[in-house]
Amino acid sequence: MTSQSPAVQLSNVSLARRAWEIRRKAVRMGEVQGQGYVGQGLGIADVLAASYFHALTYRPEEPEWEGRDRFLLSIGHYAIALYAALIEAGILPEQELETYGTDDSRLPMSGMAAYTPGMEITGGSLGQGLGIGVGMALGLKAKKNPAFVYNLMSDGELGEGSTWEAAMSAAHHRLDNLVCIVDFNDQQADGKSTETLSAEPLVDKWAAFGWHVQRVDGNDMSALVAAFDAARVCAERKPRVIICDTVMCKGVPFLEAREITHFVRVEADEWQKALAALDANRPE
Amino acid sequence: MSATRAYDPHRKWEPRAAPKPGEGGRTSAMIASLAAEGYETVSAPFGHALVAEAEKNDRIVGLTADLAKYTDLHIFAEAFPGRFYQMGMAEQVMISAAAGMAREGFIPFATTYAVFASRRAYDFIAMAIAEEYLPVKIVCALPGLTTGYGPSHQATEDLAIFRGLPNLTIVDPCDAIDVAEAVPAIAAHPGPVYMRLPRGKVASVIRRHCPDYKFELGKAKLLRDGKDAIVIASGFMTMRALDAAEELERGGISVAVLHCPTIKPLDTETILAEARKGERLVVTAENHTRVGGLGEAVASTLLTNGVTPTFRMIGLPDQFLDAGALPALHDRYGISTIAMMDQIRSWL
Repeated sequence: MTSQSPAVQLSNVSLARRAWEIRRKAVRMGEVQGQGYVGQGLGIADVLAASYFHALTYRPEEPEWEGRDRFLLSIGHYAIALYAALIEAGILPEQELETYGTDDSRLPMSGMAAYTPGMEITGGSLGQGLGIGVGMALGLKAKKNPAFVYNLMSDGELGEGSTWEAAMSAAHHRLDNLVCIVDFNDQQADGKSTETLSAEPLVDKWAAFGWHVQRVDGNDMSALVAAFDAARVCAERKPRVIICDTVMCKGVPFLEAREITHFVRVEADEWQKALAALDANRPE
Repeated sequence: MSATRAYDPHRKWEPRAAPKPGEGGRTSAMIASLAAEGYETVSAPFGHALVAEAEKNDRIVGLTADLAKYTDLHIFAEAFPGRFYQMGMAEQVMISAAAGMAREGFIPFATTYAVFASRRAYDFIAMAIAEEYLPVKIVCALPGLTTGYGPSHQATEDLAIFRGLPNLTIVDPCDAIDVAEAVPAIAAHPGPVYMRLPRGKVASVIRRHCPDYKFELGKAKLLRDGKDAIVIASGFMTMRALDAAEELERGGISVAVLHCPTIKPLDTETILAEARKGERLVVTAENHTRVGGLGEAVASTLLTNGVTPTFRMIGLPDQFLDAGALPALHDRYGISTIAMMDQIRSWL
């Protein structure tokens, strides 16, 4: 693998610690607003740590460096987690965390490219990221740029027809520089994804669409690292998808135990309790 | 057919008689050229202009959603096979991918029919392209009433849909010259553009009436002057306005024609200056529903600037239109040359 940024390559901070830092920052942002998609942020933290501190090449001081791997956040409301990762990666300054979702902030509640360094696209109209990723992957190939495009999407976005247009297109154009990460937390606005509009059997579907498919425990760092590596080195001229089964609110047991919804309710006094729960299990 | 065609489970179906010998042959097919008799035509002006521009600018790429041959993009595909992307019958990913390619530094020209871009891909155009001011050029055949296939293919409200979208420049060229000169202009424009496309054998009209005419993005051009009325038109309705004005002049009615190929941003300065001249009737003429297109844009410009001439609009009715032969449909819905002359006469 030649895929880390030099600063990260030299770091001896563990991926588990990076994920913990991302979780902690996401909770702190949730506290700023008294709300936020903190359940998703906690669930996806391991995937973001594996992405930003293992898989991706980038230059923190030059977020639009031509050689970078592109990381697209199709799910705009996961911005709370991506901001945490961008802060941890040194692309955003940590003090801006306090501005999350406020007027004139560079960190709006739903991620937008024009607002935030390191935010490649405007997500939020769900089902658009993968198609944009197809175009960027085509563009990189036309430029003979060896960078990869990673698109992070949610299981809910599997209900959008445009996702499958893009999936078919990526396979047709043999986009082996495109990696799609599906966060499968089985939760969308109206309830469980599998009960709202089931996309299962998901591995078979993606395979039938012509993709190299892996399905892993998205909160198991070793499994994630292996999957990201396999997606990168796979010799098949196919786009790659990593379906990550994740647990909403992962790392904060009292929230994990709560009846999980798309928008996890956290009482005013619970933000500090959530931070304390994380602090009780700080990895080295 | 009735204007509304509401669903009626008890409707009575009546067979139609076959046309009498010699009366058949009027077709609803999409291939008919809109050029009036005597106009010279140019084949696939968009495709050839894009090839010429792409020879100078290697950032230009072409994408289509299974309609290269029907949007004249096949000319580009043949000239630059490595810069042409067939995206299949998948307008949403075509638009998203065009956005992605623009992010990587390219100038994508994405083609389909106007109905599919405006109705099916709208959210993708809005969020992936317009909101980010990316230089994607969406070029669409069959704008307005240019096919007899019925509402599935008649983009009678595309301008209304797109006019509400911030950042988007909208072009409605009249003829082959307009198209050929619009291509380099929109390629050079830094932001997104929606262009309505006259395709196939396209009439070359305007310079026949006005030899010095040049297309300029964002500019309306006075093609002929007149003292009784001024027609502000876009698309092929400018051709109709020129023909109507010539005919009306023989009957002693003097009609000016202001060609307004850029619908947004509108050249309000020229429109206001012309509307303020004399006591002329001001008429807008568009190949589009009278809801939300050029006519209402001009009306809003005039009213908000305190200019209140006698004002009338020629355009399609607020209906799903019939299938049939184009000449018959243009007469029926008031956008043929004859229908236009009748309307102008009735208003003077």
